[in-house]
Amino acid sequence: MPSEHSQTELHGYLDGELDAISAANFEKHLESCADCKKTLAAEEALRKSIQKANLYERAPESLRMSLLGKSEARSEVRQFPAPRAFPWRWLAVAAVFLFVALVGWNLLRRPFSLTDGQLMAASFVDAHLRSLQPGHLTDVESTDQHTVKPWFDGRIDFAPPVHDYASDGFPLLGGRLDVAGGRTVAALVYARRKHIVNVFVEKTQPQYSWTGSGEAQGYHWLAWQKDGFSFCAVSDVAPADLAQLQQLFLAQ
Amino acid sequence: MLEGEDRARFEATVLPHLDAAFNLARWLLRNRTDAEDVTQDAVFRAFRAFGTYRSGNARAWLLQIVRNTCFTWLRQNRMAAEFMEFDETTMPQESENPETLAMAGSDREQLTRALELLPESFREILVLRELEGCSYKEIAEITSRPIGTVMSGLARARLQLRNSLSQPVSKEARRAV
Repeated sequence: MPSEHSQTELHGYLDGELDAISAANFEKHLESCADCKKTLAAEEALRKSIQKANLYERAPESLRMSLLGKSEARSEVRQFPAPRAFPWRWLAVAAVFLFVALVGWNLLRRPFSLTDGQLMAASFVDAHLRSLQPGHLTDVESTDQHTVKPWFDGRIDFAPPVHDYASDGFPLLGGRLDVAGGRTVAALVYARRKHIVNVFVEKTQPQYSWTGSGEAQGYHWLAWQKDGFSFCAVSDVAPADLAQLQQLFLAQ
Repeated sequence: MLEGEDRARFEATVLPHLDAAFNLARWLLRNRTDAEDVTQDAVFRAFRAFGTYRSGNARAWLLQIVRNTCFTWLRQNRMAAEFMEFDETTMPQESENPETLAMAGSDREQLTRALELLPESFREILVLRELEGCSYKEIAEITSRPIGTVMSGLARARLQLRNSLSQPVSKEARRAV
């Protein structure tokens, strides 16, 4: 008969929420407890069928549109009331100035930020390709986040967030140092089925705080920001898989 | 009210989680039409409260508001209905995605019903964990419960879901009570 305690542990284990020691203890317990083994198998089957049933329901487009539409309407209302005696001519002149300034600012800004993102993505894709060459994938090879995370101590001037997402289908394979865009970055290596996913992590720099996604040389990349870190995931898996991994990172 | 810059920030940080908001509302209310109204209401509430949001987990922050809006709505609109037995024939669970229906067929239907028959508190943690992929910490934050309660609740929710899936008869029995 599984105790209440081991039941809770079992779910923590299933969800990848146990720390390394508790997980190891639970695995040991699992060897000798047929009940827990059976329950775990049943829970895993349940999870699989939930995933297969595709129960997630996305927001209808009408909702998205009405939310964006309403907030636009609000801003129009704010600009509307103007006194009759208002000097329209000056307002027009000011509007022209404002327009020119805005357009000019955007023109100045946009090409740089675009190239920045593209350049960064290209250098991360290059780093990903490099990592796939024999012997280049990991400097520290471990599926244990508590081994990988401390490995970065002293090798790099920040502590990248390292988590194993094995229960969500992204087991951690290890980590390494890499160079991209002329800077040293942390690379976390995950497996996705038979594919490799590199997640590059660096401290967010004001001039490089880019997000987005795209494709280069047949590889997909997805970049995001969280808690002062910039992340870029690169792999040949589907963009949806990268998005799922991103959600896992964002959920931490 | 929020001015231009804040509004842009709201649209950039909170609105990307609209799918998450709608999905949670849909499962709590068991109905897409109500979910659309309540999600919209919740987003407006979030918009008004955005001044109090500093930084951190925008998804959890929004989902907390969505959850509370849903429960308020349920209290106001379904007081009477909750006493009546939930009958799936009067509440056809339409999915607007025929593709997923065709693909998963009866499995999907069966799971949807089993999930909708769970008590709300169980349903919400299961949806947050299995569909939304939230961590225990996030679920605790969203539902304002201690992590220990989330863990034990999840264990019981899964057990109950498995039981109702393995004995389809119990649904009939429950309706008869």
